[in-house]
Amino acid sequence: MSDVHFDAIVVGAGPSGNAAAYTMAKQGLNVLQLERGEYPGSKNVQGAILYAKSLEEIIPDFRDDAPLERHVIEQRMWTMGDASHVGMHYRSDDFNEEKPNRYTIIRAQFDKWFSRKVREAGATLLCETTVTELLRDASGKVTGVRTDRNAGKVFADVVVLAEGVNGLVGQRSGLRPEVAPENVALAVKEMHFLPREVIEARFNLKGDEGVVIEAMGTITDGMTGTGFLYTNQESISVGIGCIVSDFAESETTPYGLLEAFKNHPSIKPLLEGSECKEYASHLIPEGGYNAIPELYGDGWLVVGDAGQFVNAVHREGSNMAMTTGRIAGETIVWLNRRRDEMSKANLAEYRKRLEETFVMKDLKKYRKIPHFLEANKHVFTLYPKLFSDAAQAWFRVDGTDKWSKEKQIVGSFRRSRSVLGLVGDAFKLARAWR
Amino acid sequence: MHIVVCVKQVPDSAQIRVHPVTNTIMRQGVPTIINPYDLFALEEALRLRDRHGGEVTVLTMGPPMAEDSLRKALTFGADRAVLLTDRFFAGSDTLATSFALASALKKIGEEFGEPTIVFTGKQTIDGDTAQVGPGIAKRLKLNQLTYISRISELDPETGSITVERRAEGGLQVLSTRLPALITMLEGSNEMRRGTLEDALRAARAEIVTWSAADAGIEDLTRCGLRGSPTIVKKIFSPQPRSEKAEAIDTTDLSPDEIARSLMGALFERKPDLETDLLHFAATQFDQEVGHG
Amino acid sequence: MAEAPNKPAPAAGAGRGGTKKELPEHFKAYKHVWVAVEVEHGVVHPVSFELLGEGRKLADKRGVELAGVVMGGSDEAIAEAVQATFENGADVVYTVVDPVLTHYRNEPYTKALTDLVNTYQPEILLLGATNLGRDLAGSVATTLLTGLTADCTELAIDDEGSLAATRPTFGGSLLCTIFTLNFRPQMATVRPRVMSAPEIQPGRTGRVVSHPLGLAEDDVITKVLKFVADRDTDKAQLPYADIVVAGGLGLRSAENFQLVKNLAAVLGAEYGGSRPLVQKGWIPSDRQIGQTGKTIRPRLYIAAGISGAIQHRVGVEGSDLIVAINTDPNAPIMDFAHLAVIGDAVQLLPALTEAFRKHLSVNRMAG
Ligand SMILES: Cc1cc2nc3c(=O)[nH]c(=O)nc-3n(C[C@H](O)[C@H](O)[C@H](O)COP(=O)(O)OP(=O)(O)OC[C@H]3O[C@@H](n4cnc5c(N)ncnc54)[C@H](O)[C@@H]3O)c2cc1C
Ligand SMILES: Cc1cc2nc3c(=O)[nH]c(=O)nc-3n(C[C@H](O)[C@H](O)[C@H](O)COP(=O)(O)OP(=O)(O)OC[C@H]3O[C@@H](n4cnc5c(N)ncnc54)[C@H](O)[C@@H]3O)c2cc1C
Ligand SMILES: Nc1ncnc2c1ncn2[C@@H]1O[C@H](COP(=O)(O)O)[C@@H](O)[C@H]1O
Repeated sequence: MSDVHFDAIVVGAGPSGNAAAYTMAKQGLNVLQLERGEYPGSKNVQGAILYAKSLEEIIPDFRDDAPLERHVIEQRMWTMGDASHVGMHYRSDDFNEEKPNRYTIIRAQFDKWFSRKVREAGATLLCETTVTELLRDASGKVTGVRTDRNAGKVFADVVVLAEGVNGLVGQRSGLRPEVAPENVALAVKEMHFLPREVIEARFNLKGDEGVVIEAMGTITDGMTGTGFLYTNQESISVGIGCIVSDFAESETTPYGLLEAFKNHPSIKPLLEGSECKEYASHLIPEGGYNAIPELYGDGWLVVGDAGQFVNAVHREGSNMAMTTGRIAGETIVWLNRRRDEMSKANLAEYRKRLEETFVMKDLKKYRKIPHFLEANKHVFTLYPKLFSDAAQAWFRVDGTDKWSKEKQIVGSFRRSRSVLGLVGDAFKLARAWR
Repeated sequence: MHIVVCVKQVPDSAQIRVHPVTNTIMRQGVPTIINPYDLFALEEALRLRDRHGGEVTVLTMGPPMAEDSLRKALTFGADRAVLLTDRFFAGSDTLATSFALASALKKIGEEFGEPTIVFTGKQTIDGDTAQVGPGIAKRLKLNQLTYISRISELDPETGSITVERRAEGGLQVLSTRLPALITMLEGSNEMRRGTLEDALRAARAEIVTWSAADAGIEDLTRCGLRGSPTIVKKIFSPQPRSEKAEAIDTTDLSPDEIARSLMGALFERKPDLETDLLHFAATQFDQEVGHG
Repeated sequence: MAEAPNKPAPAAGAGRGGTKKELPEHFKAYKHVWVAVEVEHGVVHPVSFELLGEGRKLADKRGVELAGVVMGGSDEAIAEAVQATFENGADVVYTVVDPVLTHYRNEPYTKALTDLVNTYQPEILLLGATNLGRDLAGSVATTLLTGLTADCTELAIDDEGSLAATRPTFGGSLLCTIFTLNFRPQMATVRPRVMSAPEIQPGRTGRVVSHPLGLAEDDVITKVLKFVADRDTDKAQLPYADIVVAGGLGLRSAENFQLVKNLAAVLGAEYGGSRPLVQKGWIPSDRQIGQTGKTIRPRLYIAAGISGAIQHRVGVEGSDLIVAINTDPNAPIMDFAHLAVIGDAVQLLPALTEAFRKHLSVNRMAG
């Protein structure tokens, strides 16, 4: 097999790998893409929301044939108490635009579609082929990969690691340390099937309009994490995720959390009568900017989750995956055209270009958030309860005058957390955000 | 030796959902796979090729996307793939399907050499009729060997073949002459994992794609819905067995007690079974009792 | 059966298989209901009786005769079968007797049956969905270029007098009713054990019509070298077993699988398992039960530590009585099992084995 040589090998066929492979193949490079799953997307789990912009920059007319479920016209942010939720909803007909900005998708289908585009662009894709290690020459430069197939070596000028959050190849090859448990969330997710009409009636939607619910609060049992519920055409994705190190300390299992979330009085009616067909769990890198590993070296690059490119607060990952994949691809094409070496020095261009994109800018902006949440667990326990009590006190009409109600609410906040604490939290959060 | 294996792309039965209201298949997100039974046929074909030399061609009739299944077959090591696709084939029943496949097989014979053996799976998991194989055999006048668990002898020179066939209540050892059509019994072998070379070849391979006309089919009234004497008039989901399994009460009972009450419940539902078991016991335990 | 049956068939007159009944003249002569009686080594397969029972109903509804077709090597070999066919409700028996037909072989049997059909012209022809029936039916239908509905679970006559054959499709997730409106005979194969055998009518007889085969042994290319009856082998005979005991990953170790074998031994049952056990090498692949393993239809199926995934389910659903032993009350198997014990199979299997052993040995001596 050793005779086979490619311009580039891409490890993984998720959004980042596909973006990289597509960009390079489109520019005429001889690209080999290796995917361990039975087909692209078979192993992938996501909510999932697709952010149009990042894909547009790669395939401008993707809306023509991409398998999109619904475009999001309503966002609900819920702070959940044990039997209640305080919510902020934003719904706007402006989202019914000609080129909507966010879509719900089903990853298995989306990845398949994206992969087809990649192959049409001229890249070679091998599924059910797992990369086991990187091959290096005497100088330590990466020259190719070894796969789990017989006679499974194959070579290339550069290897793009788009292998997702676990990044085992990178780890085994000592390119980066194992992902720290406090830097990844474990998310579990189910697909619940319902007839189209039922979903549209239940969420007050017409046509392909969709709703997104993001939830935090007591549902995570004191752990740092969030839950979500997205509407697809004939199904609902519901899931919840928490930081792995929190799970380690807590009694609750991820599945237990999801069960509780599904049975929460605010969620249960939405799933009523549905048939659950899929259960999946997956990691999400949430270490943010500070957790970003070495991104390039002699003959290799890292893109997507493998590079920790996820904005946990906004649950943005696939868009960063696609953008980093695209930039990596463009960098390699650029070097290839100039007949330049795929050396560490030259590939530094990749990071340089990344700094100019929203990816690095956002991650920098939010770099303190993960730590703040980790250090201030009461954000997930105390506040939801207080909000809920406050709202209840406020809306319950029981003859108490509004003056006393206000006092009572403010009091309850004070009792549970000192004024300083309250102000401090607000201040810290604001700073982390800025 | 040229061997052709007919494979069909089918929806993964595990993933199929029925729309509660309209009672139609909800295809959304239902992945397709190579009909699992056909893999036994393919693996057998590959083994024969490895032993006797020659080529393996895989043939499928289906929508353009059936190409995925053909590529998959190539990664296992098949040498050539033929996709028979045309809107005229839509709605084929077994008669129309075997007509189309038989026509394509004739064409394959002309283009790539007469097949010595045509393999099909025992049955599909969607159609599940086990009729297409025999249909092809009859149309092409191939000696028909169904439910074959083992090919014990094969001599391409003299064209003789000996096989073990799963018959009612026993195993038939049959000998016949090639060319033959063989439907392979499940579990008769284990599908191999192709090499990286196979995989690379498969990924880039040119899939031979034929329309009805390309396959030399003139009479389109024999294809698809029009060529199908059977018509599906009604589709409905089976009455779901509402009542779940009746659970034996186990509250503070020992395993032995539970076992006894299970046995009781069991014989209560099937008295005849108890009688027969006692008969069986009579023949069985004698020696045993004799000993002690 | 038609593929993608969720697509409704187009309007009438669509070539051969029109959705309207426009039976061509030359088919109008086709009358009577036939059952191909399956005889191997002098023994009639039970499904043939079940078919005669069902055929009787169809014939009465159509007001026509019920006929059985019995083929074999010699008059002695089929004598019993012919009598049994009458006693199970047939008015007529068509026989084809020739040494060439001693063992089942596709070629001569196909010729015998197609000749009979072309000569005596039945409107309905039923066969068992056994290996023999499926092997024969496909060839006959293709030779006659008529419609065949395979693996039916229900037969009926509609108001227009056509055969309405209902069968599972898409791995049992759906049922569909299929017609052969404009071709004759209307053929169907029916799964064993889904229909009940009729009341025997001792001494009942009727007309016997014998027909020549017109084929010499030399004309038949395929030869039967030998026949190894299952009782003479220790190989897995899952598809034909009366009782099957199976284990799954719930058993936790290869050693524990012995517990399944022990129970099977006491019951004179076959044993098998779910696919993962084959993949782990706990059991040989010919003992895998399910979609890509064996399909079984025993009178009793005991599944220990098996979750009942759809691919397993489709292989066992035909069982008369399904017993699940599982620690998880919500395991999918509970949806199609009839009896269940929520508990540890590793504890229960030995207990159950012991319970049966005692019960059987004791009562055997008593009786
Ligand atoms: C529950 C959940 C909800 C999410 N919701 C959203 C959302 O709503 N919006 C959003 O933008 N993001 C979301 N994300 C994040 C998003 O899914 C990821 O950021 C994105 O999938 C990253 O893409 P990737 O290509 O880097 O990695 P992946 O999508 O994980 O792809 C990696 C691929 O590489 C393959 N692979 C791994 N190792 C090997 C190997 N050794 N050899 C060969 N192939 C290999 C894998 O099989 C996989 O196909 C969510 C994630 C989760 C878990
Ligand atoms: C294309 C395809 C074809 C397939 N074909 C087949 C097939 O032919 N046959 C087949 O079986 N599978 C098949 N499968 C696999 C199938 O999907 C399931 O994975 C498999 O049936 C599960 O096997 P299992 O029930 O033994 O294991 P599991 O699903 O792990 O179930 C184990 C069960 O044991 C229970 N349990 C655990 N401990 C105990 C205990 N101490 N006592 C009692 N119960 C206990 C658990 O509650 C659980 O229900 C196929 C899959 C695919 C994709
Ligand atoms: N559309 C098709 N294309 C290729 N082979 C087929 C097709 N349909 C059926 N077959 C073959 O015929 C066998 C029996 O199919 P069936 O009669 O549908 O159970 C399958 O296992 C396949 O090998």
